Amino acid sequence: MSTDELKKTPLNEAHKRLGGKMVDFGGWEMPVQYTAGVIEEHNATRLRAGLFDVSHMGEIWVEGRDAIRFVNRLTCNDVTQLADRQAHYTCLTNENGGVVDDLLVYRFGPGKLLLVVNAATTDKDWEWITGKKTDEDDVELKNASEEYCQIAIQGPRAKQILQTMTNVELDNIKYYWFEMGEVDGTEAIISRTGYTGEDGFEVYAAPEFAEQLWSKMLDNGRGSGILPCGLAARNTLRLEAAMSLYGNELGEDITTLESGLGWITKLEQEEGFVGRDALAELKEKGVGRKLVGFEMTEKGIARDGFDVYIGEEKVGNVTSGSPAPFLKKNIGLAFLPAEFAKTGQELKIDIRGKQVAAVVVPIPFYKREKP
Amino acid sequence: MSNIPENLRYSKDHEWVSVDGDTATIGITDYAQHSLGDVVYIDFPRAGDRFASHEAFGSVESVKAVSEIFTPIAGEVTEVNEGLNDSPELVNSDPYGEGWMVKLKMDNPGEVDGMLSGEEYEEYLSSQD
Repeated sequence: MSTDELKKTPLNEAHKRLGGKMVDFGGWEMPVQYTAGVIEEHNATRLRAGLFDVSHMGEIWVEGRDAIRFVNRLTCNDVTQLADRQAHYTCLTNENGGVVDDLLVYRFGPGKLLLVVNAATTDKDWEWITGKKTDEDDVELKNASEEYCQIAIQGPRAKQILQTMTNVELDNIKYYWFEMGEVDGTEAIISRTGYTGEDGFEVYAAPEFAEQLWSKMLDNGRGSGILPCGLAARNTLRLEAAMSLYGNELGEDITTLESGLGWITKLEQEEGFVGRDALAELKEKGVGRKLVGFEMTEKGIARDGFDVYIGEEKVGNVTSGSPAPFLKKNIGLAFLPAEFAKTGQELKIDIRGKQVAAVVVPIPFYKREKP
Repeated sequence: MSNIPENLRYSKDHEWVSVDGDTATIGITDYAQHSLGDVVYIDFPRAGDRFASHEAFGSVESVKAVSEIFTPIAGEVTEVNEGLNDSPELVNSDPYGEGWMVKLKMDNPGEVDGMLSGEEYEEYLSSQD
């Protein structure tokens, strides 16, 4: 695909001015890293603050009297448990309990929900969701992905930097809650969420204000050591925090229970959801494979797709593997037969024909110290 | 723009060679380190290993990717840069100096003459864009 066919976020020019190395990411031209490089960007986010353009994510509004019931039927978490201004992580599930996409659901009111979905799956999700709407559902759906930029400011100093730009008392926004208010004079949704394993916020605003907000966050964060961060750091940060990536740990042929998402798979709901029966049955008889974390105990780096062996037997594949810049280890996630999915299990990763030792460890690999 | 010292010879696989008598020092170019991003690990050959020209003698891994390294010339490895085991980032910060990778006793020092000059490598790079 040539670069002029790629979709661009409203921050495309800003990335290029900052020396962003632009790549094709699911049809979007995005910065994989800036001049500091992935290791510095990663560690800036762990120790100070990192700024991420996530405007490529999709936004879908669900409005109407049946908004909650409708979204609850399509997703595995329990939307009825959300209060106004609260959000949760969930999955659009298929009949087999596989994952059409993972997403955040924001409750603005009893008749107004916002779904924030992955960039590469936005069109598929839209088809899926609109296809599930019946004449009985009093809901209006709107794909508003073009109407928002999304900027994530993450890390221990994210709050103090963002606070310089808003009168909204950020301390009052709890983890996975949100507020609406002005950021640098612009109407925005301020959500205390992220994909890095750090404290931080995701700010949604109209795309024409993207550059202004982005530049101001960088300027106001300069003294705090903020760095703009590309997709490479976003990936290593989420991997250290053992957060799943759609297409790697999550997919239509992998159930939520296998992916370790039992905590958002609420089987005991009155009205059920797509795939509930399949998941209940699977839970009853036990999953055959489970997602585990491992770290290399010999020199070598496991990469996405590498084969995993126990003894002579190939038992699974690496779904995500990378050096972990903050932990300074080589880590990965893999699906293993349930009987081997236990801490301390010794593995061999086939690294270009060489069997290199690894061991199953608890996940997340990295957990921030909570104040 | 990549840094391309005039006094070195280059391969189309983005290795550089500097010659001292019949010993060649080999590393990867500034362009190569920049494409790879932060280098975290180098899989070296051992001293005494022999390689034919254009054979892969190891690999260099960044956070994002892995890339094989090829020797542009045939010979026997006499030394590897052990310092890179602890400080692989030298490949990024000083690719033509402390980021060197292996020293090779060349079978045929004349082979170097077939490699690209700095100017030719620069032309090659711009033709690739």
